[in-house]
Amino acid sequence: MSEQVMRPSGAGIWGLPRPGRGCIPVLRRNFLVWRKTALTTILGDVMDPMVALLALGYGLGSLLPGIDGVPYVTFLAAGSICMGALYAATFEATYSAFSRLHIQRSWDAMLNTPLSLDDVVFAEILWAAAKSMKSGLAILLVVAALDISRAVTLLWIPLVLALIGVAFAALALVMSALAKGFDFFMYYFTLGVTPMVFLSGVFFPVSQLPDALVQAARLLPLAPAIELVRPLVLGRVPDHPWAHVLQLAATAAAAVWLASALMRRRLLR
Amino acid sequence: MLRSLRSGQSLFSFASIRKTLRVSSRGGGRGAPGYYSAMTTNALHAGAKPVAFPGSGPALRVERLDKRYGGRAIVDGLSFQIARGECYGLLGPNGAGKTTTLRSVLGLTPIDGGVIRLLDHDVPAQARQARARIGVVPQMDNLDPDFTVEENLLVFGRYFGLADAEIRRRIPGLLEFASLESKRTARINELSGGMKRRLTLARALVNDPDLIVMDEPTTGLDPQARHLIWERLKTLLGRGKTILLTTHFMDEAERLCDRLGLVDHGRMIAEGAPQELIARHVEPEVVEVFGDDAFAWLERHRAAMPGRVEVSGETVYCYTAEPERVLSYLRDGGRLRYLHRPANLEDLFLRIAGRDLRE
Repeated sequence: MSEQVMRPSGAGIWGLPRPGRGCIPVLRRNFLVWRKTALTTILGDVMDPMVALLALGYGLGSLLPGIDGVPYVTFLAAGSICMGALYAATFEATYSAFSRLHIQRSWDAMLNTPLSLDDVVFAEILWAAAKSMKSGLAILLVVAALDISRAVTLLWIPLVLALIGVAFAALALVMSALAKGFDFFMYYFTLGVTPMVFLSGVFFPVSQLPDALVQAARLLPLAPAIELVRPLVLGRVPDHPWAHVLQLAATAAAAVWLASALMRRRLLR
Repeated sequence: MLRSLRSGQSLFSFASIRKTLRVSSRGGGRGAPGYYSAMTTNALHAGAKPVAFPGSGPALRVERLDKRYGGRAIVDGLSFQIARGECYGLLGPNGAGKTTTLRSVLGLTPIDGGVIRLLDHDVPAQARQARARIGVVPQMDNLDPDFTVEENLLVFGRYFGLADAEIRRRIPGLLEFASLESKRTARINELSGGMKRRLTLARALVNDPDLIVMDEPTTGLDPQARHLIWERLKTLLGRGKTILLTTHFMDEAERLCDRLGLVDHGRMIAEGAPQELIARHVEPEVVEVFGDDAFAWLERHRAAMPGRVEVSGETVYCYTAEPERVLSYLRDGGRLRYLHRPANLEDLFLRIAGRDLRE
């Protein structure tokens, strides 16, 4: 007994996370903060994607031939939804979560109560996923409202958004677990998020890329999201839907586990 | 209400009722937190007798605690025990292992050896159950800047699984305790340092804890704010709470603590009641001599000086049981100033830990 290192969670740093009901008060905390600024953030969630979609879709799109017989604005809609979800999850789980973790020390306060670190980590991931869902849905509503698409298959998109949200929230929280300061997130955005957006088929089909890049691009976590959402916007059933769902789910699961482990290493030293 | 409790007499009767209520309300589960009820029934039960504290063992038992970082021992075989209702102070220089000890006790860090038993729970295995009965005042304020004073208490209470209605019932009493009634809807950045500290203390009481753990509770506060915190801590002790605090302020330790553990390099180097520790390890009186001629004066009288002499900076410290002799040597003139005082914890601490700067 005296030779063995005794850990707070009972498991090692790399053990599977075991969150519980303690997630709920943490989610409620974040919700209470959000409620205070809800109006402005909702405005941003709707206005930003609408302006981008209109400017690029109609403005730039009017100069372009259709892609595979689809108007550019319709092609871009799926990319916008996924990109909106990606950025919302990423910002929330990097800058905002890191601020609560490192600047405000809200996590320290939580850990002095019966909450476990797994509770806090899961709540942050779910919260960022919820904000991601909200952004994705806002763009989806714009797409439907402007009659860019009103396919019945749009109704499947929220399910995909839930998976996208968790995956990118957890990936971003991995970065927060590694970060020493806000500057660190520049690396993630510049070297990770932005290239991924350009390589995953948000603005143009992946097939336009050089062959060598096409194969690599399919491995990016955003690629399966777009492979699922784009056909749904166009009113079609995606090809190999379960393969894409599986890829997203595996990314999410691995990132959740890694985020939990790295947070334990960071905070429960 | 609180004002009337500040005298020793009413405090005592208050404490008795507190204990009575706590025992009688145990069957009722989480509801009816003792001291809120006590506030309203104080007058009715003024003659209540003290009753034993709930729980069987000591509030905290730490045995041979080891904690290493990268092969370096931060806590090295530390053992101590805190009785229920006691105020225990861990005293030591920066880097002595105080904060690491607290983190270990709260189950927030893996330990490399030893036994921790906290409010009848094994730590770290059952740390979360134990933390449900503990209030923590951290070294750095981590109040939620996004919320008002009241919301901070509400949100924190939820972390303990308390229902909103229950927390809202407790908030007025907590605000009164922290003298923050008028700041209920103020945001955190509108509060002074002392107010923030009091709110952090009130927040630590939201779960009506049995043990309050405080890491340097008054560091960075001005004297008025410190005295107010001390007074509140004494009120809590009067209510039967157990307190574990760390500090490097000797006056704080001497004033508040029933017992002290002096820690250095992660080891317990002395333990006991403040006055008893001083009596055991230091000469009873101190004459501090300073001024331009202090060193010359020391050279003239060193051989005949009773007791022990230490020089630090520009000051000569004469620790002695015969201060009159030292004082008589001071009459031979020169540019000297002196201070004659009883020995205190600081003398004890410097005696044991040395005068070297720890950085």
